[in-house]
Amino acid sequence: MNSGRCSACRYLRRRCPPDCIFSPYFPSNNPQRFVSIHRIYGASNVAKLLQQLPTHLRAEAADSLYFEAQCRVEDPVYGCVGLIFLLQQQLHNAESQLAKTQAEIAVLKSQAQHPQTQQVEAEPEFNNFLQQQLDNAADLNFSNQGSSGFM
Amino acid sequence: MGGSSPCASCKLLRRRCAKDCIFAPYFPSDDPHKFAIVHKVFGASNVSKMLQDLPVHQRADAVSSLVYEANARVRDPVYGCVGAISYLQDQVSQLQMQLAVAQTEILCIQMQQESPLQTQIPQDDKSFLLASTSNLDNISQYLNFASSGNVIQDPALKRESLWT
Repeated sequence: MNSGRCSACRYLRRRCPPDCIFSPYFPSNNPQRFVSIHRIYGASNVAKLLQQLPTHLRAEAADSLYFEAQCRVEDPVYGCVGLIFLLQQQLHNAESQLAKTQAEIAVLKSQAQHPQTQQVEAEPEFNNFLQQQLDNAADLNFSNQGSSGFM
Repeated sequence: MGGSSPCASCKLLRRRCAKDCIFAPYFPSDDPHKFAIVHKVFGASNVSKMLQDLPVHQRADAVSSLVYEANARVRDPVYGCVGAISYLQDQVSQLQMQLAVAQTEILCIQMQQESPLQTQIPQDDKSFLLASTSNLDNISQYLNFASSGNVIQDPALKRESLWT
């Protein structure tokens, strides 16, 4: 009977041996999982990759392969690399914003410590000082973060 | 005789490089490693099928992303690109948390300056800040299996340019 086959062997239409490399990670109740992986990587590549790993790491590897395969199926041009690019941009934006906010805090704290001085300063001079602090913060070590972007 | 040099793919596959070879524009003969690594991870026939399914103007980007993924998988056979994704998401979450705290600190300072006689808001009370990290909802669904803390963190994947 064929009921004991894993989803990989069922898809490949072959007998599922007791030591099948796929069966622990591609159960028969989730056929789509192997379909995606097979479409992107191919059965023999996945088998080779899993065989090269210690047994206790194969489940994680199968999960990450499935994730990347799904990303590639959904986005055939960029796959999961699109997600990496998005996160790099988010990281860069968050770092810039945090630096600006911290500079603003420094200015406000300085203002709080010297209220007498602040009271006599003309408004435009204070605004220029604040802007200079913010500009300095924005120039901090963020110049190497950008990837060249998708062209 | 005007035979041009076979592309890196056809050289590796030991076949004649046809004029309309689908690999030739993206795998020049002077960079054999590029195709070798893509072939190792994805397989030549899978790459060929993927490229054939794409319009020509998108194939260069597709090849670049495949090379990137293949390199990541060779460097980290367990997690591949997912290691970098998990690490970056964690970094973004931490920074957004820090940003929320900093923005609250500004509000506190401003409130103190405007009304110095009011009771100060405890600086430790930051539980209301956790609602501000909603930007990552669209990708959090992908990362269930990478949250165990065992994900390898390859610094090279975090900041490298995607297109070399």
